[in-house]
Amino acid sequence: MPPRVDREKCDGCNAQQEPLCEQVCPGDLMALGPDKKAYCRARRDCWDCMSCTKVCPVGAIETRIPYQLGYHVAKLIPMMGTDSITWTCIDIHGNVERFRYKNRIEPE
Amino acid sequence: MSRKTITDINEVETQEIEADILIVGGGNAGCFAAIEAKKLNPALRVAIMEKAHISRSGATAAGMDAINTYIPDGRTPEDLVRWSRSQVGGGPIREDLALSNAQELNEAVEDLERWGLPILRDEDGIAQYRGKWDVSIHGEQLKPIMAEKAIESGADVYNRVVATGLLMDRDRCVGATGFGVRDGKFYVFRAKATIVSTGGACGLYKSYTSDATSSHHQTWMSPFNVGTGYAVGIREGAEMTSLEQRWVATRTKDHCGPVDTISVGYKSSIINAKGERILEKHYAHLGGDKAPRYIRANAPMEEWLAGRGPTYADTTDLSPEDAKDLKMDYLNERPSFVLFLASRGQDITKEPIEIYGSDPYVVGGHCQSGYWVGIDRMTTVPGLFAAGESAGGTPNKFVGGCAVEGKLAARGAAKYVASVTLPGLNADQVAKEKERVFAPLLRGPEFDGISPVEMEERMQRLMDEYAGGISQFYRTNEERLDYALKHLKMLANQSQYLYAKDLHDLMNAHEVLDRLVVAEVLTHHLKFRKETRWPGWQTRSDFPDVDPNLDCFVESRLNKQTGEVEMFTRPYEQLVPGDRYTP
Repeated sequence: MPPRVDREKCDGCNAQQEPLCEQVCPGDLMALGPDKKAYCRARRDCWDCMSCTKVCPVGAIETRIPYQLGYHVAKLIPMMGTDSITWTCIDIHGNVERFRYKNRIEPE
Repeated sequence: MSRKTITDINEVETQEIEADILIVGGGNAGCFAAIEAKKLNPALRVAIMEKAHISRSGATAAGMDAINTYIPDGRTPEDLVRWSRSQVGGGPIREDLALSNAQELNEAVEDLERWGLPILRDEDGIAQYRGKWDVSIHGEQLKPIMAEKAIESGADVYNRVVATGLLMDRDRCVGATGFGVRDGKFYVFRAKATIVSTGGACGLYKSYTSDATSSHHQTWMSPFNVGTGYAVGIREGAEMTSLEQRWVATRTKDHCGPVDTISVGYKSSIINAKGERILEKHYAHLGGDKAPRYIRANAPMEEWLAGRGPTYADTTDLSPEDAKDLKMDYLNERPSFVLFLASRGQDITKEPIEIYGSDPYVVGGHCQSGYWVGIDRMTTVPGLFAAGESAGGTPNKFVGGCAVEGKLAARGAAKYVASVTLPGLNADQVAKEKERVFAPLLRGPEFDGISPVEMEERMQRLMDEYAGGISQFYRTNEERLDYALKHLKMLANQSQYLYAKDLHDLMNAHEVLDRLVVAEVLTHHLKFRKETRWPGWQTRSDFPDVDPNLDCFVESRLNKQTGEVEMFTRPYEQLVPGDRYTP
């Protein structure tokens, strides 16, 4: 059932013609509803690539594992920096793991 | 963005674009093709037609954790070809193509590094190898980096345009058509040369997680890569090669994450339910845990079949630091696998990772399915070039090899462009294609028909059960293939009942139509190879052994007059000396 949009946090990217999640989704799955909030038009078709989750500027999108495959409720939260990414992972027992690494180097 | 609703074909605006080189598919190979073409001649008009958005599209949308081929000091391009040949059981492979890719491989990988891709290197600048040829990267930004360079090159990028067909001037390709999934326009790209560089075909077969879960796309290959690049050429009679060599891989069970990262990269042995190291036990003579890829894919399924499943990658020897590094690799390539482990509450240092087979894919990057091309990467259709997943004959290209092939196709196309002129537009052809493309949408909301999802699911079950899918442990036989072909024809005839409720749905409708074309040709290839050459990738239960007479390429071509797929062979030529079966 990925992805899940937090309707409180989502601001539809305000003035943007398309919200960023709609711009990047490789499956054309994300769209802006009449209420100017993002939604996924076919959650079964999501590849879990997390492009939408990573690009959301307000952290409103969460990728979820379908319940038939994994238990409630684990979280994986990406924070994008200019040349690095930080991931916070919380498992179903509440254990927290963080990963931070460079995802870009200075171009020559 | 608000999307158009269309009720009449006359409402559909046609946009015509003229280019010297049209690139269909702005993925890895497509981006490199654009950059190379503009580098060769900045005056060339280069257009990229991309179904998604090139910053996050195709097979590398999520990122990548390794460059699987990068030639270390002391090794040669010929060594890489020997290894690649041994990975497909001694060939046949197109050694001319493989060698030309290998010769420029490192430079293409270093291009990526120069553009900002972190390749993990030690203090002396030596790349960190985790196998003989694989180097670790932090490739979360791989696709955005390539895309930025393609845009900077000056190529015109048309995002969200779904390719539907080739423009033809008699037998010559003079561009392609598509439709805008956001703006509803019909796009006509007229081009002196066209490079097809789309992804391979995922979703021909049912993924085992798609029944009774909310995740139909728990696949390893991008599910949005549907084989359109192959289908457009097949419809115009292009020769295809080796489609029967399907990419089937051992993947993490229920999530379909890459297992070679674990078993080869972190040396976690593949074991069965009894804890036996199955590759070391049965395939030590072929390299054990590093045995050729089809062996590694098939062996765990043999265990399940023999009643010794489940199977695992035994990570219980990993240190906590290694386990963290392993997860970091996944975060770069298949991030939701880390979430998946968390959703199982699983500590991989205490509990091994369960593995299972994937659904089969048709790809020209890992395996060698695709267009038969010349050394300039021109297909058998003049004016039509292929690179990356679309081009056949060269397995184990991966990221670097697809990049090189994009460059080589651009060089071939640039040379060809200089020798031809662009003919006038064939208005009849364009009108017919436009009508075909929009027909499912124009059938209206009251139409009693079939949705794209229904047709897709019917096709996927058919392929899975009759053409050697995962539910059948990849096995098939003559009778099942005949049954599959009969019903694929019926499905193709049912396309008259296909309806789409909006433009997104119209994209899905064309995706299933394209998949049907590839599925039919694939099934003919499986039927022709009356032997078992690559168990798992291609298993004929009625012909369980290798037939020395089929040590050749299996080829197909659609006869446009009869509508029948014609099969033939081409000989294998060994160019790189050495024993074919060892790296």
